[in-house]
Amino acid sequence: MREISLHIMDIAQNSISAGAKNIYIEVYENINENILKVTIIDDGKGIDSDILDNVTDPFVTSRKTRKVGLGLSLFEAACKRCDGGLSVKSKLGEGTEVTAILKYDHIDRAPIGRISDTIVSLILSGDIDIKYKHRVNDKIFEFDTKEIKKTVGDDIKEPEILRWIKEYIDEGIKNIDGGVWE
Amino acid sequence: MKTIQELEEIRKNTLDRVNQRRDRNTTRIVVGMATCGIAAGARPVLLAIMDEVEKLNLKDVIVAQTGCIGVCRLEPIVEVIRPGEDKVTYIKMTPEKARRVVNEHVVGGKVVEEYVMHIVDGKIINDYTVEKD
Repeated sequence: MREISLHIMDIAQNSISAGAKNIYIEVYENINENILKVTIIDDGKGIDSDILDNVTDPFVTSRKTRKVGLGLSLFEAACKRCDGGLSVKSKLGEGTEVTAILKYDHIDRAPIGRISDTIVSLILSGDIDIKYKHRVNDKIFEFDTKEIKKTVGDDIKEPEILRWIKEYIDEGIKNIDGGVWE
Repeated sequence: MKTIQELEEIRKNTLDRVNQRRDRNTTRIVVGMATCGIAAGARPVLLAIMDEVEKLNLKDVIVAQTGCIGVCRLEPIVEVIRPGEDKVTYIKMTPEKARRVVNEHVVGGKVVEEYVMHIVDGKIINDYTVEKD
């Protein structure tokens, strides 16, 4: 994937497929310690413990149509390539937590990319609430679809509202000097 | 700065339109959004479609997403389903191609043949755009 934000979108799509109602996404640019950390937590159906051990194996998947699943495998490969790693914790019936760690200044690390596009695409793809937190060292930007819904009601899939959200997120990340397009 | 007041303004403007929407005459535009689609560039395609739908102020159009359609090498894939018509599958889409499909097919009713997946005897035989080049 060309952007970290695309990996995030891919993993979050898994959450939606798993019936999640809430997805928490955090991007932490810990530049002081040279670490980029991405966390995605959902309240979906969770992953069976016998699958969990091999979940980043491309030939392990829960889907019925084919025997391959590449999402987590690709993200793990991207992390390992950047002297990091990926871990998946999950409890059946409770949810799943994916944590990815990459060396921040590694030459192979993809740019963070358009987080706003990822979040807008996710809002469009299901009836979910997304909480997003972006940290750059000590500076924090937060976004929560639940807050938006308080103002505009439950239907936030209207194009004008999505446009507002997109610009709001772009602006928010820029304000804390987050790496949007790098 | 983006403000919540702006958001309330938007809400007032969109409220009427939401109520007008009827499902019977709705055209569905579906974008494949699995790993394969995302890696091939489905996100900008999806957002271009949304943008075009907004720009043209199309009311009876729903933009939806789906998982892997099964022909990953042809991603990004966009399906257009107009009411009462067969589904049309567009392959190897780009934001520019997607905008053209919205304008010519969704609005104009004319299928953009160059981007359509062709199936002959149950086999996907070509990618029209490549053959033409």
